[in-house]
Amino acid sequence: MGPNLLSNYFETASMILFGIGFTTLFLQPNLIKKVIGLNIMDSAVYLFLAAKGYIDGRLAPIVVNGVTDMEAYINPIPSGLVLTGIVVSVSVTAVSLSLIQKLYKEYHTLDMDEILTKANKEAER
Amino acid sequence: MSRIKDALKKFADGDFIITTKRKKNPRRRPSTHHEATLKERYVVWHEEKARSFFKGMYISASVFVCLTLIGILLITVSFLPPFGNPSNPVNNEVSERYIEKGLEETGAVNIVSGMILDYRAFDTFGESHVLFTAATGVMLLMRKKKKGKEETDKFSPRRDPIVKNVAKYIIPFLLVFGIYIVLNGHISPGGGFSGGAIMGASLILYSSAYGYRKINKIITEKFVKRVTFVSLLFYACAKGYSFFTGANHLPSGIPLGEPGAILSSGLILPLNICVGLIVTCTMYSFYSLFTKGEI
Repeated sequence: MGPNLLSNYFETASMILFGIGFTTLFLQPNLIKKVIGLNIMDSAVYLFLAAKGYIDGRLAPIVVNGVTDMEAYINPIPSGLVLTGIVVSVSVTAVSLSLIQKLYKEYHTLDMDEILTKANKEAER
Repeated sequence: MSRIKDALKKFADGDFIITTKRKKNPRRRPSTHHEATLKERYVVWHEEKARSFFKGMYISASVFVCLTLIGILLITVSFLPPFGNPSNPVNNEVSERYIEKGLEETGAVNIVSGMILDYRAFDTFGESHVLFTAATGVMLLMRKKKKGKEETDKFSPRRDPIVKNVAKYIIPFLLVFGIYIVLNGHISPGGGFSGGAIMGASLILYSSAYGYRKINKIITEKFVKRVTFVSLLFYACAKGYSFFTGANHLPSGIPLGEPGAILSSGLILPLNICVGLIVTCTMYSFYSLFTKGEI
């Protein structure tokens, strides 16, 4: 173990959140809960990026009084990356939810195991 | 005893094939029966216990994998550079350049806005395309075959007087707030994505308070398609022109204006408006496609 586990508490929390989302994705048979797990993982990544961009005692990167000094502002790049991530996660969630709704209309269940067995039975016919 | 007599009679008649068959049959039956039980047992085990057995295996294996993953990630975090330290390798010359030259080169007071809509404008263009593609995919999946208008009106939300009256007072403020955020994207926190999300939320509120028929008078599928198409086309042309002239060291002829004013920072304001319109249309079309299957 390295020395910075507790001082990097934001990163630690984001990694635990990532693990929770990953576990949800693995263990829940319900498809909607899988999508929720995916979104928890996304949020963990945003928290991690935002924590990486932060610098102690500096302001948000909006120029005040014309001061354009690197010592005055936090890192603006992770903020832009988080924006990209949010847009992609919204799109992925929308498309996957519509696919899930189609599956529900076809098989009348949200359980992935039941959907698989029903699909296998249909394929055997 | 009568069976033996019958058999003897038949043997005397020369009809011994039947007796041999009769003798063989009872032997065969237990053997086939035995096979069937093995098969049946396997089927029963497969149907009743194998699923729970493999489920238990799967759950324990996945718990193991997840815990291992969290452990590896936590060990990696413990070796990361300390939080909030200015000398971290993340804070390198790229962010220094953006902060020190951003205001001068893009004219945007908000450095993040100047970064994502000027230096990295094609990234944001790709994001808008991701939204557009997602809306197209949802439309392909969710669209119903053409039905009578009455059937879609059947699922229209009931006209609740409380929601209706609250929406009447909230929606104008929400819309104005969203427009403010979009137009002030380059001089304050905000921009096309957040403002567009707020405007889309106000449209969703209007649709759920007043029903589909009223909002379909203003926003139809044609309108959404045209707004999205024109915004994407304008974004592509404007930023393509700007990048072409910039890469060839030509004057682009776009005034940067005075930093801090609304009409400043060159192309960032119109691009923010484009992104805001795309996000608004996408949010609203997600909602209406999920509820009624058409825009």
